[in-house]
Amino acid sequence: MTTTAMTTTAMTAAVNLESLPRIPVDHDGPVFREPWEAQAFAIAVKLHETGLYTWNEWATALSNEIKAAQEEGDPDLGDTYYQHWLRALEGLVLAKTDLTVEQLLKRKNAWDRAAQRAPHGEPILLPEDEE
Amino acid sequence: MSGHDHHHHHDHDHHHDHDHDHEHPRLSELQLRVKALESLLVEKGLVDPAALDVFVDTYETKVGPRNGAAVVAKAWTDPAFKKQLLEDPSTTIKSFGFEGRQGEHMVVVENTDTVHNLVVCTLCSCYPWPVLGLPPVWYKSAPYRSRAVNDPRGVLADFGTALPDDVEIRVWDSTAEMRYLVLPQRPAGTEDLSEEELADLVTRNSMIGVETVQYPARQEAAE
Repeated sequence: MTTTAMTTTAMTAAVNLESLPRIPVDHDGPVFREPWEAQAFAIAVKLHETGLYTWNEWATALSNEIKAAQEEGDPDLGDTYYQHWLRALEGLVLAKTDLTVEQLLKRKNAWDRAAQRAPHGEPILLPEDEE
Repeated sequence: MSGHDHHHHHDHDHHHDHDHDHEHPRLSELQLRVKALESLLVEKGLVDPAALDVFVDTYETKVGPRNGAAVVAKAWTDPAFKKQLLEDPSTTIKSFGFEGRQGEHMVVVENTDTVHNLVVCTLCSCYPWPVLGLPPVWYKSAPYRSRAVNDPRGVLADFGTALPDDVEIRVWDSTAEMRYLVLPQRPAGTEDLSEEELADLVTRNSMIGVETVQYPARQEAAE
């Protein structure tokens, strides 16, 4: 696929998907199975746009995650692609910002508690006193 | 993160099932990791949440609403299929080749001259992916979620949808197990259209219930 095929999307912001190993795409851009995948995709592209990392760095990080997963026995049928994507993203963020693993874990647990606490029909919100 | 006062004052003058007091389904490990990462990056000012929304929004229409449109168009043209669709939506939609990953139950609710259906949920996962693709950003927004329940007519008005006063508006609260698809009314004057042409008229918003299906898109010669 070519970048010109993606003119209808915000992808015109010059990220080269061809440099990414086997990203699931159709004729006009990446395809997602679930919203969190699109969210993770968007975060990676937006962080790149802010200059946190180069696209090459990103492609390398992602390839490394995929390779590692394959070595651990991941059949790599495409359905785990964004799991590798997310791991690569977390890795780069930890390496390039002052965010720590502990912060990520703590926040993840806070969202988990917030989600379980919120009655259906109410938005999931973190309370003020919880990070 | 701000903790707003989110006590909704539910009106009961419209059909809305409040019997279920179930909790949100747990978010998956992956959803939680993305939420954790995103919220921390937003707080650090490293990503702009509005920019993320715009970005995701550009994909929402291409991930699948055409699937739902095809189902609707077939229901409009094939009474037997429509009957099947309303009676056993999950199986019927599956037979169409659109299958959810999580085995969620689909419910198809039909708009008529007297009933208009509107779908809402507070969680982005409570959305019929296989037929509608990614949910639009407004669907996930707090104002839509609360107003769809409290003031459905106001929400419809925001989308430019005016319904006669005697049309009952039913608001369907999606859950992790139940996903709703609105079967909109076939617009008048479309008798000669093919199934494909009909599918082109069906918008994602009409299958969420915030709009009706309009025909013609272009003005045709008056009868």
